[in-house]
Amino acid sequence: MLDVQKIRKDFPILKREVNGKLLVYLDNAATSQTPKQVMDAIVDYYSNYNANIHRGVHTLSQEATDKYEAARHKIQNHFNAAESHEIIFTSGTTHSINLVANGFSTLLEKGDELLVSAMEHHSNIVPWQMLAERTGAILKVIPMNLEGELLMDKYDDLLSDKTRLVFCNHISNALGTINPIEEIIQKAHGVGAAVLIDGAQAAPHIKVDVQKLDIDFYTVSAHKMCGPTGVGMLYGKEEWLNKLPPYQGGGEMIAEVTFEKTTYAELPHKFEAGTPNICGGIAFGAALDYMNSIGFEAIAAYEHELLEYATQKLLDIDGLKIYGTAKNKTSVISFNIEGIHPYDIGTILDKLGIAVRTGHHCAQPIMDFYGIPGTVRASFCFYNTKKEVDALVAGVKRAVNMLL
Amino acid sequence: MEIKEIQQEIVEEFSMFDDWMQRYEYMIELGKSLPLIDEKYKTDDNIIKGCQSKVWVHAELENDKLVFTADSDAIITKGIIAILIRAFSDQKPQNIIEADTEFIDEIGLKEHLSPNRANGLVSMIKQLKLYAVAYQTQLN
Repeated sequence: MLDVQKIRKDFPILKREVNGKLLVYLDNAATSQTPKQVMDAIVDYYSNYNANIHRGVHTLSQEATDKYEAARHKIQNHFNAAESHEIIFTSGTTHSINLVANGFSTLLEKGDELLVSAMEHHSNIVPWQMLAERTGAILKVIPMNLEGELLMDKYDDLLSDKTRLVFCNHISNALGTINPIEEIIQKAHGVGAAVLIDGAQAAPHIKVDVQKLDIDFYTVSAHKMCGPTGVGMLYGKEEWLNKLPPYQGGGEMIAEVTFEKTTYAELPHKFEAGTPNICGGIAFGAALDYMNSIGFEAIAAYEHELLEYATQKLLDIDGLKIYGTAKNKTSVISFNIEGIHPYDIGTILDKLGIAVRTGHHCAQPIMDFYGIPGTVRASFCFYNTKKEVDALVAGVKRAVNMLL
Repeated sequence: MEIKEIQQEIVEEFSMFDDWMQRYEYMIELGKSLPLIDEKYKTDDNIIKGCQSKVWVHAELENDKLVFTADSDAIITKGIIAILIRAFSDQKPQNIIEADTEFIDEIGLKEHLSPNRANGLVSMIKQLKLYAVAYQTQLN
């Protein structure tokens, strides 16, 4: 069992006050807070070995290159990728998905089919819509039920020898549903389709083994797992990454350049044009070290306890409805109260020092499915406490009293 | 009354409140009493973009003054609109164009002026002024 009071000491921001109240931070699905171990890695980088990587012969450049590549190895080990060059540093999940979507422009033909789940974040919809427009491929949607679970029999019906790609999140940011990705992947592979799993919401909660799950592409944002913003990764199987053309041209990604012809660098550099977010990559590695020092099993068990506790307490409030009641879900609770707009509740909660997300959570199709303008979303991290859940519940009750 | 005087009046009303609770409770009251827009004007064309909640605004010229009616699906937003409409409605377009909005800060609603897309106060003010510009052009 993890020691939450000890862990909270690692996060300086949890001591700050907002509107005169001690911060209760429950917007972890948007971004997680940063422990001092990760901040130390950032300060260490800029204090001791800030330099451009892969090119310099001087000591600082070599040290920075070593640490950056060591971070890549940490990420490889964490996700159990077969090769370190299957880990591509990106600016985050959105960048990762766009890289793959862009690459598939050259691999698709008119009439090819792409399957997307009904519960995707806009970042796992729009790049594929753009791809479909460019190539004449057809985008089809795997529907879900009212609990927020994908209809796997409908998925079976949609799969065919025309299916080229399936993309689905591992965990829904708006509903918390943990999708059965193993089954999704196996079935897609059965028809020869590749699968991209958006792991932005899963990586902070679950230790993922990309080889065991036979994942083709997996995307992660560091800032949702105690790392900094502006850095993330794309895992891609070597055979797929070799098939995709480079995404951006520039320095770092070339083997030889003449005005007649340029040859591209090997993986992973082929996809890493320009000076990367060096410090960010190193801090991403530090964030993984931090989370692994706590342990993903302990994190999952504790967060599940928080989820159960919060669900039960919130459901005691009259008129409160939770969206996303999948049997298998993570510590995200999306809810509304009858007769009250989510924005109003979020505004009052902020006045009480409680940070939640309100709105459509970049998943408008989900809101349309339920026929609502948005929800209030409380998302819990391993540093949250039951006392904070109590503060949320009291805050919601107070908001209801003011607003109704 | 002139816009400036109305704004001063609003500032004085809000200065009576000791804390945010009372300010917000008052805003919620104002929201509930907002003169509603005619249902026929609650169209997609009249929705102000940039608000997390839906906001509809309709403007009509009565004599030489511009009259605003509005609605929102969120009550705090409605309260904000009620304050804005009180300050800007039933005024000459040119005066609306020239009016400043510092009183929002003075009544302790500064957070609603942040360019955060979650709240649309900035978009709302912009829209009211755009209407004023459009009708002023028409008057000219």
